[in-house]
Parts: sequence; structure tokens; C-alpha cells
Amino acid sequence: MKYIKMLANIDRRIIFIVIAIVVIIPLIMKPSFPIIVSKPVQDTYDAVESLDEGANVMISIDYDAASMPELQPFLESLLAHCFKKNLNPIVLVQWQLGAPLGTRGLEKIAAEYNKEYGVDYINLGYRPGYVAQMVGIGKEIRDYFSSDYIGNNIDQYPVMDDIHNYNDIDLLIGLEAGATGNVWVEYAGGRYNQRIILALTAVSAPDAYFFYQSGQIEGLVGGMKGAAEYEKLIDRPDVAIAGMAAQSFVHILIIFFIIFGNVAYFIEKREKNSKGGA
Amino acid sequence: MIKGKGIPLAIAFLTGVIIIIAFFIPHSPFGSFEEISLRWYSIIAGFTMLLGVDSLLRLHINKIRRMDSNWQYSIILLAGFTLIVSFGVISTVHFGNAFLTGSEFMYLYDNMIIPLQSTMFSLLAFFIASAAYRAFRARNFDATLLLITAIIVMLGRVPIAEMISSKIPLFTEWIMSVPQMAAKRGIIIGIALGGIGVSLRIILGIERSYLS
Repeated sequence: MKYIKMLANIDRRIIFIVIAIVVIIPLIMKPSFPIIVSKPVQDTYDAVESLDEGANVMISIDYDAASMPELQPFLESLLAHCFKKNLNPIVLVQWQLGAPLGTRGLEKIAAEYNKEYGVDYINLGYRPGYVAQMVGIGKEIRDYFSSDYIGNNIDQYPVMDDIHNYNDIDLLIGLEAGATGNVWVEYAGGRYNQRIILALTAVSAPDAYFFYQSGQIEGLVGGMKGAAEYEKLIDRPDVAIAGMAAQSFVHILIIFFIIFGNVAYFIEKREKNSKGGA
Repeated sequence: MIKGKGIPLAIAFLTGVIIIIAFFIPHSPFGSFEEISLRWYSIIAGFTMLLGVDSLLRLHINKIRRMDSNWQYSIILLAGFTLIVSFGVISTVHFGNAFLTGSEFMYLYDNMIIPLQSTMFSLLAFFIASAAYRAFRARNFDATLLLITAIIVMLGRVPIAEMISSKIPLFTEWIMSVPQMAAKRGIIIGIALGGIGVSLRIILGIERSYLS
């Protein structure tokens, strides 16, 4: 009993150390777990897979470095899928500090598939005033993105020849760490009937479930687990699948903490009650 | 004749009404007005960043002057701000764009911004674990229900659940799609109605706190 009480009041720094160990060891040992693909991720894959060669896929980078571990693996898998199918990714950024992450993802995966900038894909970079932009793209994308991320006129790139508004975008995929995805659904989806898919951090994913259920978005990728499922679907295992072991063990540890904390709570409570009753 | 506070109230009223109409009738003249308004909005959004910077700097400079509690951290903020801005300006002069690979700003981005932001976010895992251990107690029926649901969802969200039982991920998916969604929809509808109410109050000039 004494030990249970001691453990119930354990120093939080010890908890932090245990968490660190449980994260680090699986990352080193790399045990494998079965990845079962969920329906929202399967729908995402199917939507991309159904596009014809040369289709334009607009990818919005709406996250920054804080959410990079969760969303960057999906960005890379998605770009790999697009390039493999000869689709044209059109990348734009709504979170300014996410701009380099989009650029890096594009440069890395484009090099892997020997794709040429401006011909097979383009990076439009960041512009402020996202609501205005989302509505404005419905009329003419050049009103807001007349130049790409390095300041070159977009009309000099063949990939932009036939792209003017949402009518020319076959699929819009937003990678979201906040509520920007809601605005894509409200304006690009609600007003211009744009086909949309959202990939969100695990903590934001429940906020998009009703969009998925109502058919306002065609697919939903939640957190690193969603990215791991997508990696499995495109048969390109990478960091998300590798991170699943650490995530599994940490979840188990937190569940253990909850159960143990409650056991200690009930023992203490029973003792208090028995003392009070004596 | 409209004067004084009546001018911003009239602007808010006219803009609000025209934007609402333009949402349903996106053709000329409403559509064109909306287009112009949205461009102005983009320009104003850019300038709000300057206001934010001004407010942040004033706050911390005053804190250092008055030597308020934890004023030392304000020095770190000012130093960080100066460093980032200087590297941004230098990179723009050198490369034409601070975000280009190899620029001085990107050196800071890779070695300071990414590690700092990632650290801040990853700290969540440590605090959640500590809070789960100390505060997540089955004190009453509601708390017990929340606790059991949280355990199932946490388990069902990782691949290890599949090794325990194939039913756990399915049950998790049901929790997310049915009870979670029902509660969420209620909250969202409430927020939307609240948003409409506040918007109408602003458009009609009943809510005027933005003028102060």
C-alpha cells in the first residue's frame, strides 16, 4: 500500500524520462506493426488514383515546423503518388513558416522521380489573406499568384498554361494544422464545388469528420497514422511507418498511467473512507 | 448627414450587407465589389502584421524598462526578433527571397525555428502523460465514461490495437463517427448560430466594441 501511494505521487520528471525512453527505444529497435488502412485514407488514395494523367492537383501547405512530423510524411507520400501517376502538383502555402517545408518536399520527391519544375509541377509560395485568396482563385489564380515562390512570372511555366481557376483543378488537398481546412471547404468546396481532401494533425482530425461524413471532403488523413496508411497504400514505407512503433508504445504507456493513477486514487479514497468511518 | 462614429458604422453596414448578397449573387455589381473588398482585405491583412509587431515590441520594451517579473525573457524575445529580421533582410538582399535554400534565414530556420517549434509541440506528449497520471480520475459517471472512451480511442488509433483485437479499431471508428460526431455537430451548429448572431449585431451597429 505504501508503495502504491509513493507511485501515485511520483515526481513528474520521472514520468517524462519514462516517456522519452518509450519513444527512443522503438525508434532505434524499429519493431514492425501491422498497418490496417482505414476507409478515409483509402478514399484519399482512391481519389488520387482515379485522376487521369496530367491532372492538376492543388496542394495547400497549411502547417509549420511544429506539425512537420505528422504532416510532412504525408506530403512526401502524396507527391510521390502524384509524380508516379504523372499528375501535376500545384503547391501553395497559407502558413508562411510552412513555405520551406513545401519547397523541400517538392524538391526531394521531384528529384526522386526526375520531374521538371514548371513543366511537371510548380510552387506558388505564400500570400497573405487566405479567405480572399480562396475566393479569388475561383475567378483567376493570377490575381493572387501572378508569380511563383521565387518571384518568376507564372505565365512562363507550361504547367500553368491551362490553369486559371478551380475549374482547372482536379483535386485540392489541404495539409492542415489548424482551421484553414474549414475555410477551403466553405469557399472552394461550398461555393465552387471543388473536390477536396484534407490531411490533418491527429488532434485536428476529429474536427473534419463531419465534412467527411457529409461528403464535403472526399477523404481524410489523420496524423502520422494516416500518413503511415498512405505509405502502405503507395508501397513506399518511410518515416510514418517507422514512427508507428513509438506512437503505439507511448499510447500504451499513457493508458497504463491512467489505469495505474486510478487504482491508486481508489485505494487512497477507500483508506480515507475507512478512516472517516472508524 | 453621417459623421463621427456613424462613418465606420455605415461602412461596416454597407460592406456586410453587400458581402452577404455577393455570397448568394456573385455577379456584377456585387461580385466586383466583393472582389475589390477581398483585395483590400489582403492588403490590410499584410499591414496587421506590422501592428502586431509594434504591439509586441512595445509590450516587451516597457516590461524591460519597468523591470517587471521575468523581464529577462523579454530581452531574449527582442534579441530573437532582431536576429530573425536581420537574417531575413540579409537573405532577401543576397538571394531575393529569404526562403531560398542556402540563405542565411534558412540557416536559422533549420537550426532554430524547426527545433524550437518541434520541441514546443512534442512537449505536449510529456504533459499529457503527466496529466493523465495525476488528473484523469474516474470521480463520477461522466468522468468514467470519458476515461473509458479515451482509452479505447487511444488504443484504436495505433497499430498495436490490431494485434490485441481487430474489433478495437472498428469500435474506435464507430466512436469517432457516431457519438463524437453527434456532439461535435451540436457544438459546431451552436458556434455557427453564435457567429451569425455576432455578425448581425456588428452589421446592424448593435455591437460596437470594435470602435473602441
